[in-house]
Amino acid sequence: MATVQLKNVKKRFGPTNVIHGVSVDIEDGEFIVIVGPSGCGKSTLLRMVGGLETISEGEVCFNNERVNDKEPMDRDIAMVFQNYALYPHMSVRQNMAYSLKIAKLSKNEIDSKVSDAAQLLQLEPYLDRKPKELSGGQRQRVAMGRAIVREPSVFLFDEPLSNLDAKLRVQMRLEIKELQSKLGITSLYVTHDQVEAMTMADRMIVMNAGNAEQIGTPLDVYEHPQTLFAAQFIGSPSMNIIDAAVSGGIATLVSGAQLPLHSAVDARAKIGIRPEHVLVDEDGPLQFHVALAEPLGANTLLHGKLEGANDAFTVSLAGVHRVSAGGPAIRLSIAPENVHLFDPQHGGRLK
Amino acid sequence: MSDARDTAVIKNDPLPGMVEKKGSSLWLTHVLMLIGIFFVFFPIWLAFVASTVTQEAIVTPPMPLLPGDHFLENYKRALFSGVNVPVSTMLLNSLVMAMGIAIGKIIISLLSAFAIVYFRFPGKSLFFWMIFITLMLPVEVRIVPTYEVVAGFGLLNSYSGLIFPLIASATATFLFRQFFMTIPDELAEAARVDGARPMRFFMDIVVPMSRTNIAALFVILFIYGWNQYLWPLLITTEPDMNTIVMGIKQMFPSGDDTADWPVIMATSILAMIPPVIVVVSMQKLFVSGLVDSEK
Amino acid sequence: MEKRVTFNGWLLPLCLIFPQILISAVFFFYPAGQAIWQSLFIPDPFGLSTQFVGLDNFEYLLSDKFYRASFVTTAIFSSLVTIVSMVPALFLAVLADRLIKGAGTYRTLLIWPYAVAPAIAGVLWLFMFNTRVGVVSWYLGQLGYDWNHVLNETEAMGLVVVSSAWGRISYNFLFFYAALQAVPRSVIEAAAIDGARFWRRFFTIVLPLLSPTTFFLLVVNIVYAFFETFGVIHTITSGGPQQATTILVYKVFKDGFVGQDLGSSAAQSVILLVVVGTLTVLQFKFVEKKVHY
Repeated sequence: MATVQLKNVKKRFGPTNVIHGVSVDIEDGEFIVIVGPSGCGKSTLLRMVGGLETISEGEVCFNNERVNDKEPMDRDIAMVFQNYALYPHMSVRQNMAYSLKIAKLSKNEIDSKVSDAAQLLQLEPYLDRKPKELSGGQRQRVAMGRAIVREPSVFLFDEPLSNLDAKLRVQMRLEIKELQSKLGITSLYVTHDQVEAMTMADRMIVMNAGNAEQIGTPLDVYEHPQTLFAAQFIGSPSMNIIDAAVSGGIATLVSGAQLPLHSAVDARAKIGIRPEHVLVDEDGPLQFHVALAEPLGANTLLHGKLEGANDAFTVSLAGVHRVSAGGPAIRLSIAPENVHLFDPQHGGRLK
Repeated sequence: MSDARDTAVIKNDPLPGMVEKKGSSLWLTHVLMLIGIFFVFFPIWLAFVASTVTQEAIVTPPMPLLPGDHFLENYKRALFSGVNVPVSTMLLNSLVMAMGIAIGKIIISLLSAFAIVYFRFPGKSLFFWMIFITLMLPVEVRIVPTYEVVAGFGLLNSYSGLIFPLIASATATFLFRQFFMTIPDELAEAARVDGARPMRFFMDIVVPMSRTNIAALFVILFIYGWNQYLWPLLITTEPDMNTIVMGIKQMFPSGDDTADWPVIMATSILAMIPPVIVVVSMQKLFVSGLVDSEK
Repeated sequence: MEKRVTFNGWLLPLCLIFPQILISAVFFFYPAGQAIWQSLFIPDPFGLSTQFVGLDNFEYLLSDKFYRASFVTTAIFSSLVTIVSMVPALFLAVLADRLIKGAGTYRTLLIWPYAVAPAIAGVLWLFMFNTRVGVVSWYLGQLGYDWNHVLNETEAMGLVVVSSAWGRISYNFLFFYAALQAVPRSVIEAAAIDGARFWRRFFTIVLPLLSPTTFFLLVVNIVYAFFETFGVIHTITSGGPQQATTILVYKVFKDGFVGQDLGSSAAQSVILLVVVGTLTVLQFKFVEKKVHY
């Protein structure tokens, strides 16, 4: 049972700043996903919380107590690594029991905790096997079992599903989320996969180049992205971004097309439109030329360009649409509330 | 770790119609191999035969090429009285020396390699270069001063004197270091998260994972120690501290007396047996360890 | 090349390396340093004190005809040992590589000489060629050739070369065999399709691919011939006849221990130090390069 506080946490490697100050208050039992592209610092942040990296500035607190200088094992955390980090010469049972052995629990206690965890994760048939005899998914479960037996205050997950194939990833995602709900342990989960983030997070931290661009619930981030980066990172296919001049509640595109907005802004801006929010409308202000159609069955993706613009533009229509490339331009419109405005200089959201 | 390599080395999956392995040339290959093996083994065979016949049979050439029936007699004589000291004593000395070198060097270098790979400490670079330098000089290059040092400690004619100078070079440390660098970082982190202090990590994780390397190194060091000649020659003046390999030469008489050939040959055979047993039984392990580690 | 993960603290690692440091310092660095120091001195005739002579010992050595002869002897000796131990090893490795079944057994048998100490190898070969009881020398006598390595310098050299090379055939065989096994079959097959027959393939394709191993073995065998063959020389010829088989390391022993000329012996050690150092550095530089292939 623990709450976690990050107060303006920064990290430097030599003269280079890698994390520029991240602050967040995490509730007890919350599932927080730290998501971002490779190299954004998400693993570093996680490892700082865990005590595997030193903290250059700022504080990490558990239950409002500063833990900056505590060793990992004194912070009462458990970690699941991307490559599982199972001890290759020990059996599954021994791997799971190792931390308990160090903590000097009695044999009975160790046995019962290990078998409870094994039952929870369906590892019972494998308890006496060595890691090299297990499949990727099984090893992942053992790694989780090793974390669970400690009944820690905080779980840390470092991209645990990256090495699994797509199908297994979907299944394990559900299992992890269910497990965490059942056990109610505060969790920090790092991933570069925005689908994992959207489906698993209670709240997510969207990171980019060492900055926490937005912290909020998945839907929050989806519906109200605070930065251009967050807007494009979350949602698939990603948001279309177009240059426009905004004035008096109207956005005027380069081609001259005009979109109505709910905004009092008067400036040049980048406007964002999600492919799935686009409506086919005979009287719509936008003209769209299709270059490629991807019929997925459940929806249809159309890739192409808007009239008068050179940037790629994607449209996602529900259901089956028999559209071919190079046909006549399709007219589109957008509801004003689905148009997002961003500052062209710093990418922040404009009201 | 050695499994995959061994499979590649031993099992050679040919495709049908493989270019290299057709019909009659296969017989030729076997024949040539056998000839090669014959030449390689002949000296050993001859020595064995000589150890089973009488002195007369040997000194009236040509000596027989098949074993005689004095096996037990000759070997008993060698083991229990030898020429100047019973061979059994020499065997014991060799055993103590070889085991001492192998085990001593392995323990010291495991600890040193662990320190170098997993810690930062003042003087670490210096230490690393020190180790590197010791790779370069075999004991033969520093014999006289080492002799003086050992004599100065009063360690002539002692096991310590035999063993310590030969574990002074850090070849094993270097090899273990190379291996430890291949252990995934995450394992150390997982152990840290599990609450293992460094030495615990060392004993529970690093050492067990090094099993193959330790075994291969044991074979190499045991043979190295057992086969030492110059150093034991220098520091043992009392015959009962002789090791078997260096003691053989001293079984040859000076001047014109005839050597006791059956005993000398029996001793040679006895001197060969332990290393051969060690090498052959650990063969698989040792070969891949040798070839991998030297590279 | 540092690992990302390190443990905290400096006391523990210092304790861990302490045994190594202690033993290396006492039994390696101090003697090595002494050898360098002593090479700058000459003991007086009574052995009671020493006199500083700077590099005189070295000058004397390099102009001494016996020392120069020893250098030449060593060069000849190590070249011969290297060739005699590497060529048959390569040949046997090629044979073994062609076999599917039985390669393992042959390898087991061929490993034996590796375990035999050079000094013992010396005894075995001495026994075969002994002027009075040796089987081979007797048969040679029957054929009209009077073998006597105690008097004949060439025969003495031949005998020590073969004794020294005999055990190394195993070692070289192991490496060559492993290297041959690592040659991709597809390359050989491509060459065969291109029309190259066995020997052409061997010389133009396989041998070049073996060159890292060959180079490595060359260096290792030369170092072996320089140092580890002391036992062979001491056992068979004691450096004779007339120093025809006195290799450098044997001379260090003879001058230092038998002749008690510590200054000269130390200077000789230093020269050997430089030779070995150079060879080892060469070896490491090349091994380093090989790792990048």
